[in-house]
Amino acid sequence: MIEFTVEDGVAVLTIDMPGRSMNVWNRESLAAFGAAVERVAADENIHAAIVTSGKDAFLAGGDLDTIGALAGRAGDDGSEDADELHESAGSLSRLLRRMETCGKPFVAAMNGAAMGGGFELALACRHRVLADHPGAKVGLPEATLGLLPGGGGTQRLPRLIGVQTSLGLLMEGKQLRPDKALKMGVVDVVVSADQVVDAAKAWIRDDGSAKQPWDRRGFRVPGGGKEDPRTARTFMVATALLRAKTHDRYPAGLAILSCVREGLQVPFDTGLEIETRYFVSLLRDPVAAAMIRTLFVHLQEANKGARRPEDVPRYAVGKLGVLGAGLMGAGVAYVSAKAGMEVVLLDRDLEAAERGKAYTTRVEDKRISRKRSTEGKRDAILGRIHPTADYADLDGCDFVVEAVFEDRDVKGAVTKQAEAVLPPRAVFGSNTSTLPITGLAEASARPESFIGIHFFSPVEKMALVEVIRGEKTSDEALAKTLDYVQAIGKTPIVVNDARGFYTSRVFGTYIVEGFAMLLEGVAPALIENAGKATGMPMPPLALADEVGLALMYQVGRQTQEDLGDAAPDGPSPRVLGRIVGDLGRVGKKSGAGFYDYEGRDKRLWPGLAELFPTSPSASPDVDELQRRFLYAQALETARVMEQGVLLAPEDADVGAVMGWGFAPWSGGPLSYIDGIGVAAFVAEADRLADAYGDRFAVPELLRTMAAEGRSFY
Amino acid sequence: MPECFIYDAVRTPRGRGKRGGALQSVSPVDLAATPLRAVAARNGLAPGAVDEVVLGCVEAVGEQGGDIARIAALHAGYGDDVPGIQVNRFCSSGLDAVNIAAAQVKAGVTNLMVAGGVESMSRLPMGASGGAWATDPQIAAETAFIPQGVAADLVATKYGYSRADCDAVAVSSQARAAVAWEEGRFERSVVPVVDRNGRVVLDRDEHPRPGTSLESLAGLKPSFTQMGRDYGFDAVALQKHPELEAIEHVHHAGNSSGIVDGAAALLLGTAAMGDDLGLTPRARIRSWASVGTEPCIMLTGPGSAARRALTRAGMTPEDVDLWEINEAFAAVVLRFRDELGLDDGDVNIDGGAIALGHPLGATGAMILGTVLDALERTGGTVGVAALCVGAGMGTATVIERL
Repeated sequence: MIEFTVEDGVAVLTIDMPGRSMNVWNRESLAAFGAAVERVAADENIHAAIVTSGKDAFLAGGDLDTIGALAGRAGDDGSEDADELHESAGSLSRLLRRMETCGKPFVAAMNGAAMGGGFELALACRHRVLADHPGAKVGLPEATLGLLPGGGGTQRLPRLIGVQTSLGLLMEGKQLRPDKALKMGVVDVVVSADQVVDAAKAWIRDDGSAKQPWDRRGFRVPGGGKEDPRTARTFMVATALLRAKTHDRYPAGLAILSCVREGLQVPFDTGLEIETRYFVSLLRDPVAAAMIRTLFVHLQEANKGARRPEDVPRYAVGKLGVLGAGLMGAGVAYVSAKAGMEVVLLDRDLEAAERGKAYTTRVEDKRISRKRSTEGKRDAILGRIHPTADYADLDGCDFVVEAVFEDRDVKGAVTKQAEAVLPPRAVFGSNTSTLPITGLAEASARPESFIGIHFFSPVEKMALVEVIRGEKTSDEALAKTLDYVQAIGKTPIVVNDARGFYTSRVFGTYIVEGFAMLLEGVAPALIENAGKATGMPMPPLALADEVGLALMYQVGRQTQEDLGDAAPDGPSPRVLGRIVGDLGRVGKKSGAGFYDYEGRDKRLWPGLAELFPTSPSASPDVDELQRRFLYAQALETARVMEQGVLLAPEDADVGAVMGWGFAPWSGGPLSYIDGIGVAAFVAEADRLADAYGDRFAVPELLRTMAAEGRSFY
Repeated sequence: MPECFIYDAVRTPRGRGKRGGALQSVSPVDLAATPLRAVAARNGLAPGAVDEVVLGCVEAVGEQGGDIARIAALHAGYGDDVPGIQVNRFCSSGLDAVNIAAAQVKAGVTNLMVAGGVESMSRLPMGASGGAWATDPQIAAETAFIPQGVAADLVATKYGYSRADCDAVAVSSQARAAVAWEEGRFERSVVPVVDRNGRVVLDRDEHPRPGTSLESLAGLKPSFTQMGRDYGFDAVALQKHPELEAIEHVHHAGNSSGIVDGAAALLLGTAAMGDDLGLTPRARIRSWASVGTEPCIMLTGPGSAARRALTRAGMTPEDVDLWEINEAFAAVVLRFRDELGLDDGDVNIDGGAIALGHPLGATGAMILGTVLDALERTGGTVGVAALCVGAGMGTATVIERL
């Protein structure tokens, strides 16, 4: 696990965990590294040590499967858990402190990326050398999974680069490229990967002192420590900004602030003890467990193609056809060309297709201005996008994404035209957010190769793709589609065909609940603030304005026409009928919806008070409103599960968080139900149904699960 | 139970509490000793006559720290045998000093007390003593901490006070303070601050801007917009008060209390002690109360504090002739008036802290003296002094002129 060599009194510890592509901290590696540290400390012939890695990366941090299990288990509370956790969660912290105070200098020779606990190892070293290739990023991303750097990261980083700068890295989990890391002072030297050990040796020759700056007398925190009045102000403002952003839904941020602030008041070792306490408190909090499960474990599984039929050979898309060069088609063309595919971008006329291609220029130019791309890369991507109006150019395409207007006839026509030239192996994917796939496939001569592929806008930013299996879609087509999604670096979930599929259907319930509150006479500001407080990215009325009220009104009327008396008589028709039908306020695009828009500012339209008078009897309790928003979405998700539209709870949760930003702290709607407990959730939903109507009716699936004491995970 | 009478009340003039303010050259101990010496001299108190000195002080650190009440008493020549205690309840500290001293008298524990307060804001700025409330992330989050100015804007937003409403309070404060000075209404209370050679450093309040008008205030920019919008405090306020859409920032330097230096002291005691010393009591302390309310909005405590104090005295707001509500911010005055249903003509009739300034630890003792002077001048009987207090508290004291 650790290769230990000694040359001229300098030990080189090369971490190389067997059977893994990356080094991580787990019980075994901690034990092995601990032994190596003790050997360095005890051996009189060794005066310094260098730590490096036998993998491409240096060390990826804590083993999240292990941490996730720890976090999950801690949810059951009990004081023994706290004792045990304190012991195990503090082991890296104690080991690194032992290393840095053993009297001999350790130098980090980071040949590749050092993340989380891996970077904390480097921070505990006297000197840090980092490789100069772009993959050699360093950072402390723990906060993004509801945790904090528990290996001394919250104590060493502020003492190394100052309080303010360190808070940015710690709280946002930013990853730094080598040049940035050097500039910020979190590493001392950047050299090519094969030079890192030599550079470490050079420092040992030139300096080689063992004591860390923060263990020397007279040490002062750069930029001002606890005695500096600016420091107090920093914490005051940082706390408010954090709360403004997170609505107290993510305890990690506050815990990190506290670790840094309290650590500054006390000696270093006491600071480490305080950090371990906060770390354990996060492990015991359900948020970290839920976030690790959904945003790490299940997300990774989805990215690897968890729902992919196994017996289909891997399918590479070399040439892609995109039908329709509107916003969606242009985005799909961009991300696919960026992934190296040749893209035929087809529209009614060449001009329209060229406009779609220009989207790539715009996005890439913005990236270039932010130093995220280069002109060379942009031109290479553009070189792979071939705008056309001629269906014959689709010849030889491995995959087609149809992204034309949401109209059955239009879609049917382009399907036929495309299929006429496509090779038999090609899959035809229709990008639709609402139209049932099985129906669309009727226009296809080969419905087994027809599938739904629902992108989210803007395509280059939204990671989720909802793959919809029609009745006749084959395993082969599904596997090929998932291979394509993986190739463009997106996260797929797989659902069966039904009106609204999964994401569009559930997402809508959030807005509808806001409409219901309006009709009840809840003050619009309270509705919006309650929506924000759930941790959803936008409040419901503002979101409705963004989506477009005219579109929602039109979809509702279409449903009414399609289904007649069977159409649901929810709050939407009544609210939209008044605001769109009677008043013509159609949302953000026209500058007037639930809000009035002026430049970048918006204020709730004062006329709402007349249109939907506030009623003193309407529930003013913001907690109740939050519950309604989350329950409405969770119940609809459970219904989707019950109807077999979703194949796995993992897809439900990943899809909800990635697709429409469902309260990420919860881990997704089904994790939310699990977190409350299915039985308790059912009882509460029954109460809500009594109070607010059938929107909260409990599906049988949940009643059965409650009766049998089952949970989703 | 013995009664507690007020025998005397003095204060220093208030100097602008910043660089160049007249009292910046005076140390906090010298500042505190000024009213202590005046009380002793005016009432012929021999060293050792006072049982205890109680002084309010908010930023009790540095040269203003370390129990300034005892040190100032020694410095003022009260004698080695007179103890002192410094108290802190933020902005009502000076009034709490009086209440604590009165409690001792009424309990029969002591017979003669000096109570007041001191604050040299030019030398120990607001926030100098730190504290967990604003800067410990756990505590700030639990209590939904927002700075006072944003809280004042929250009060204004929640109760519908416009910028014009608030500016009108400021104009009135300035006009009334100007008349009070012109007519010598503060003459009985204000004692000059002198230097070590007896030269007068300041003998008149330095902060007022007579002639302030709605027009002259109109140009001032709101002071707490950046704090609220850019630093997240508006959002924190809205999380606690989600029925509001946005915080309207209406307070500025001209309709908020002035930052000043100053000190005050009152002589309190039993009837028997007054007889022994040949002193005439001016007023009786009827009752007092402190309350806690929602800490985020912070500044709406004085109404309930006044009600509670009046209830303890068996009175209602109708029984009160004159009110002093500390003008921490204009919206505090408006809310206090509305909450208790008061006439503007009975409230802060000689101006308030918007014109005169608010030397944190001293203000409570100052405005109790002010309401007593005003009762004597107008022939009123019952007066109330009340202050809003950080972290959602409020303190009020009811006195009856004799």
